[in-house]
Amino acid sequence: MELERHDYDVVVVGAGGAGLRAAIEAHESGARTAVVCKSLLGKAHTVMAEGGIAAAMANLYPEDNWRVHFRDTMRGGKMLNHWRMAQLHAQEAPDRVRELEDWGALFDRTPDGLISQRDFGGHRYARLAHVGDRTGLELIRTLQQRTVALGIDVYMECTVTRLLTDDDGVTGAFGYWRESGRFLAWRAPSVVLATGGIGKSYKVTSNSWEYTGDGHSLALQAGATLVNMEFVQFHPTGMVWPPSVRGILVTESVRGDGGILKNSAGNRFMFDYIPDFFRKETAETQDEADRWYEDKKNNRRPPELLPRDEVARAINSEVKAGRGTPHGGVFLDIASRRSAEYIRKRLPSMYHQFRELAEVDITAEAMEVGPTCHYVMGGVEVDPDSEAARVPGLFAAGEVAGGMHGSNRLGGNSLSDLLVFGRRAGAAAAAHALGHRDRAELPEDALADAARAALAPFDREGGENPYTVQHDLQQTMHDLVGIIRNATEMEQALERIAVLRERVANLSVEGHRQYNPGWHLALDLPHMLVVGECIARAALERQESRGGHTRDDFPATDAGWARTNLVCSLAADGSVALTRQPLPVMPAELAEIFEESP
Amino acid sequence: MTYDATFRVWRGDASGGDLQTYTVEVNEGEVVLDVVHRLQATQAGDLAVRWNCKAGKCGSCSAEINGRPRLMCMTRMSTFGEAETVTVTPLRTFPVIRDLVTDVSFNYEQAARIPAFAPQARDADGNHRMQQVDVERSQEFRKCIECWLCQDTCHVIRDHEGNKAAFSGPRFLIRLAELDMHPLDVTDRRDAAQDEFGLGYCNITKCCSEVCPEGIHLTDNGIIPLKERVVDRRFDPLTFLGSTIGRRPKD
Repeated sequence: MELERHDYDVVVVGAGGAGLRAAIEAHESGARTAVVCKSLLGKAHTVMAEGGIAAAMANLYPEDNWRVHFRDTMRGGKMLNHWRMAQLHAQEAPDRVRELEDWGALFDRTPDGLISQRDFGGHRYARLAHVGDRTGLELIRTLQQRTVALGIDVYMECTVTRLLTDDDGVTGAFGYWRESGRFLAWRAPSVVLATGGIGKSYKVTSNSWEYTGDGHSLALQAGATLVNMEFVQFHPTGMVWPPSVRGILVTESVRGDGGILKNSAGNRFMFDYIPDFFRKETAETQDEADRWYEDKKNNRRPPELLPRDEVARAINSEVKAGRGTPHGGVFLDIASRRSAEYIRKRLPSMYHQFRELAEVDITAEAMEVGPTCHYVMGGVEVDPDSEAARVPGLFAAGEVAGGMHGSNRLGGNSLSDLLVFGRRAGAAAAAHALGHRDRAELPEDALADAARAALAPFDREGGENPYTVQHDLQQTMHDLVGIIRNATEMEQALERIAVLRERVANLSVEGHRQYNPGWHLALDLPHMLVVGECIARAALERQESRGGHTRDDFPATDAGWARTNLVCSLAADGSVALTRQPLPVMPAELAEIFEESP
Repeated sequence: MTYDATFRVWRGDASGGDLQTYTVEVNEGEVVLDVVHRLQATQAGDLAVRWNCKAGKCGSCSAEINGRPRLMCMTRMSTFGEAETVTVTPLRTFPVIRDLVTDVSFNYEQAARIPAFAPQARDADGNHRMQQVDVERSQEFRKCIECWLCQDTCHVIRDHEGNKAAFSGPRFLIRLAELDMHPLDVTDRRDAAQDEFGLGYCNITKCCSEVCPEGIHLTDNGIIPLKERVVDRRFDPLTFLGSTIGRRPKD
């Protein structure tokens, strides 16, 4: 069939932090590399990351090292993280930050001229390399400029709809140009998925339209597996008012820099929600908490800086108990605790965001905040060292990969995750490709089938409006598989998803193929649906509460589930199959880190 | 709070198009992008528009709203009267692809031409050391979200298509300024700024600074200092003498 065709060693799908870091590494390893991304270059969701990059560089606290970071990460994930990923991440993050400086990044500095580091939830020491509260922009711009300088091919506004495989593994990918609607295929022995997350399946989310779970779904269809899909992170602080901005992120840096949470009665309620698991390392009094910002040796962390799952649940409980703000959130107050000058300097984009979108001056009044769907811990099951999925030639890095964050991700660990595992995936993908120089021909029938499937919504008349179906899916996930879950609701969700599946098979779109957002959404919806089903099935199966998975019918953690992962795969009939898999056993020399005092 | 607004949106493609009028619901606190999304979901499923973060951080949803270059996600409906017609058109400086989406590849071509960042060596302990006050000058320009509103508004290329061959636009002049002020960078781009990126075309009317959603002082803090540095190099008598002697033929 007639379509644009390209040959590469490595095709990277996604141009956020992980995708660009993978592409840079693959290119520098000698592989002919292409990056394919749904938006313009530099617009990926990484740009929205605010707080910083977690790395135990010890620029402010010499006591910090990779072992402490590893420990914080594992405990933040309630020990469900793949130990090897958490280890590599903690060990390699500092070098990944330093090399960004060699590519032009300009982080905020310490008085000694080193990279400054800021406090964040769940991190024992000030650890996040940052640029004000726009660290993600700095990261993406640095990697983007490096990618351009190296001359790597970038396919902008181009969507991959299928991975192509044969008996030996990956052979390439098929997609369309958003601008023209024309099809293209890449022949490549290695594909790196770096497509980010799934937040657009939820109604209230900090995520952009791109977060439709493409990579999760493409991996499943190619025969790979997903792990930990029941764990979805609701960031404790999203905007709640006005309604149109509901869900937009309010950075954890507000709390890292001294902000506190209060309910409508003015109480600093987080002291009532300190779980036993973190009691030894959390301040008991407001005085101790306030002293901690200046003296970390003799004081413990404020409860506002507990891991995100704990804080999100606490806010949810306060609102449910009737102690919320007029618009159904809680108050996040930094105005009464830090000078206006300090706030504008440390949190310029928060200042700007609230002033422009909510007419709130955060240097003078408290913000109203509430939980928002932010991040999926679950993702493609990969080998920790190479990021290889179960399908030869398929790799995954960043949010689309699973295992690194266990049941809950600590703030700041995402940007470092992108860099550490993006680089590893790029290197492994290049090595795989260089060992497979004989390219398999792409089968014409598979290409024709992919084209037919993509065009189907144009051929149907009088079918469903994709925007309506998306809205109904978002409502279902929000209402029934949200921050607090139970069996009845999740069974109901699965019934609704089955109905939605029939509706997605009956979508029709108006207009033609040139830059048609309705059509693009129609092609994203099947991905969103299968991801929604994975989350619901895994969440129904895990009969306990842990990290980003809270069940009011099973409120406690369970020792059996502490040793078990849930793995999703696609059955022959297209349904989601679930298997239980024992957690990998941590070697003794790492296990002993948890014996050390907090 | 809910009311029906009149929106005029440019619909069409490279071959032509026109403003189409819609009546669409507006709710409290909404921005123009919310209303455009409602149009998509209810009346015009194929209305082409770029957007990503919806929080003023990615610079995707640039358009001209009542003739002024703006981000749709940061333009609140409360800035218009309920009876006021809101007109949304694509960026005029760039060729239309479809509806509100324009071909901004000019900008990516310019970005690829910029001589890349080249750092000095790290200190012996593997770190780079810089003072906060020194990084802040370049940091201001690194706030740029590449929304291309400055490129759109700059009359040098907005009104004179032919200048695009010689003038890369304010975004890339501040990129050059950023690199010039970068404490670690060792490359001299001053000649390139003048000869290859058209620094001299800018007559500092400051329109770019006015439309920048990040509040970057492109002209005052970036372009004018860069012009001064170029002038220093080219017209300082000692530098002139030095470079002339250096160029004397060897034989």
